[in-house]
Amino acid sequence: MQVALMVPCYIDMFYPHVGVATLELLERLGVDVVYPEEQTCCGQPMANSGCYEEARATEEHCARVFGSFDCVVTPSGSCTHHIRNKFTAGVDSPEKKTLVRNTYDLVEFLHDVLKIREFPWATFEHKVALHTSCSAIRGLNMASMSERVHDAVFSKPKALLSGVPGIEFIEFERVDECCGFGGTFAATEEAVSAMMGYDKLTFMQKASPDCIVSPDMSCLMHLQGCARRQKQDIPFYHLAEILNGVSL
Amino acid sequence: MSAPVDQAKNAEKFLADTVHEQRLDKLLWAMRMRRDAAARQVPEWEELRTLASEIKEHTLSNLSQYLIEFETKATANGVIVHWARDAHEHNQIVYNLLAEQGIDLLVKSKSMLTEECEMRPFLERRGIRVTETDLGERIQQLDNQPPGHIVGPAIHKTNKDVAVLFSKKYGSDPYNEDTAYLAGVMRENTRPDFLKAHAGMTGANFVVAETGAIVVATNEGNADLSANTPPLHICSVGIEKIIPTTESLAVFIRLLARSATGDTITQYTSMFRGPRKGAAMHVILVDNGRSARLGMKRFWHSLKCIRCAACMNTCPVYRRSGGLSYGSTYMGPIGIILMPTFEVHKYNELPFASTLNGSCSNVCPVKIDIHEQIYVWREVMEEHDQIQVVKKEAMRVADKVLSHPALYQIATTTLSAALEVLPHFAVYNRLNAWGKHRDVPEAARETFHEWYRNNRADANEGGKL
Repeated sequence: MQVALMVPCYIDMFYPHVGVATLELLERLGVDVVYPEEQTCCGQPMANSGCYEEARATEEHCARVFGSFDCVVTPSGSCTHHIRNKFTAGVDSPEKKTLVRNTYDLVEFLHDVLKIREFPWATFEHKVALHTSCSAIRGLNMASMSERVHDAVFSKPKALLSGVPGIEFIEFERVDECCGFGGTFAATEEAVSAMMGYDKLTFMQKASPDCIVSPDMSCLMHLQGCARRQKQDIPFYHLAEILNGVSL
Repeated sequence: MSAPVDQAKNAEKFLADTVHEQRLDKLLWAMRMRRDAAARQVPEWEELRTLASEIKEHTLSNLSQYLIEFETKATANGVIVHWARDAHEHNQIVYNLLAEQGIDLLVKSKSMLTEECEMRPFLERRGIRVTETDLGERIQQLDNQPPGHIVGPAIHKTNKDVAVLFSKKYGSDPYNEDTAYLAGVMRENTRPDFLKAHAGMTGANFVVAETGAIVVATNEGNADLSANTPPLHICSVGIEKIIPTTESLAVFIRLLARSATGDTITQYTSMFRGPRKGAAMHVILVDNGRSARLGMKRFWHSLKCIRCAACMNTCPVYRRSGGLSYGSTYMGPIGIILMPTFEVHKYNELPFASTLNGSCSNVCPVKIDIHEQIYVWREVMEEHDQIQVVKKEAMRVADKVLSHPALYQIATTTLSAALEVLPHFAVYNRLNAWGKHRDVPEAARETFHEWYRNNRADANEGGKL
């Protein structure tokens, strides 16, 4: 099976090493990965702001670039959620339907499609604070949510990371409360957004993690910005980096 | 036309006062935890939510039938039923009922509907004194503020705030912050009004079509005093509060207090079915935009709301913004989807006061898809041309760049230009909004595109379009 790698715009610009880790990890697992170089963005920043007219051309471009692949994988729960559940700005082309059906977040692809549970090339003997995005939890059902008190507790990101020898998870308060990123919300409501980020960091830091890990780099972009402003130098990693064998 | 409420700016002000912000956040999160614990005690919790949602959808789909059934039953029980198309008609009906008998003092229990109708100022302008008898609502009345939360109207205030307020209004000890003492001060000062007033008003949590009963759930018992002490009881209720039967009421009673405060039931759950001997009971069924909302294909199910405030308690934005920041009768997630149905322009910023995290929809006891409706409201704001020009322009530029790979690559491979494109969404609104409380991410020396070109492109012909 050939897999098209979708690297979200913000990862392309700010966190290319996350794109590299995702690519290397997939290659390591024997996946035939192609990277369509015409790709840009899924249009979420505009659509999420209500500006669906301004999201149309970008969304249609995305569908053209990726609409012929049997499988599209992206290291972003948020982009996957947008493509799967909110791709309504552009025309309903056959390419778009294919893309909507065939897009997976990296965690879903590893956990549900390839069913990988062990990452023996990686070791990570550190205490991790794992943050899973709201898009991943409540949009993609990637982990159980605290609101549904009778549901079985599960977490696909945690199940994957548990396959890395040495890793230890710390528990912290309000584990699935939103970190405050929220896309354009981070700017339109910057004061509330930042306070949510600070609070999230405070809850995590109380449990003294060695680093903060997430399958969503956009949450981390926000949390890292908050941490650096507060002169906290705790490292941040995308899940793909850990699974690919990064060392602290 | 009123100017749009700037929720973000109001929230920023609230946040600057860390004492109140942190207290509200902790208090309401604790409420959310109590809700979780209460739900855990009920194994069929999710089935109850589904059932409640279905009962509400059924009732709303047959609303006129059930309302007429209620009117027939209530009338047979000796209740006088009124119909009010809008807030003004409602207020006028209340005023007429009072004026006919020369009544100049009305005691009332908490009702979000009368807030929505702005009834108090309407009556006060016409010489009628109104005493709120719910503790929180009374505090807000004395402070000349609207409720900040639909279940705990004064929940954003500290005991100290209340002590100072009461000392000004009632001459009590400004330094005694003891809750029991403050509740006592309130009691001493409002109880006499129950005896003096010739009319009492309540809202209603539910209206039962089958029996013609209205149901009021409170913890303070003040609704019972308002309804049972004066010779005239007026109940104002929105038409969406109707449910078919007493049996269906059981479903909602099990959900309401557990969702609101984590209690199994409120201290008082009272059914009023008819006037007491020698007294009169009036029920005013109020539309005020509800039937119009029922006709909104995308938003009608917001009418399922039973006003428990679970969505507000769990909302990370509400908890850090305070209820008053929304500048509206209903606030938090449910407020965001209700208020624009009253006035699009005034509330055009509210749908953006959300991270779309979805917690609200999953605590909602009647399964309103609140966060999905918030998302759709954003699109409606674009349809109604309510998106700020500067934001729309930024999005237009972003779309142009992001739909043209060549432009995108030029923009992203030069550092300054990169900051032009991506955090466009970060800079359009307020100057450098991202950087005010956060460091801006550093643009990488080499984008992933470039890295790929330099390291893999040759091996990957399939990737070219």
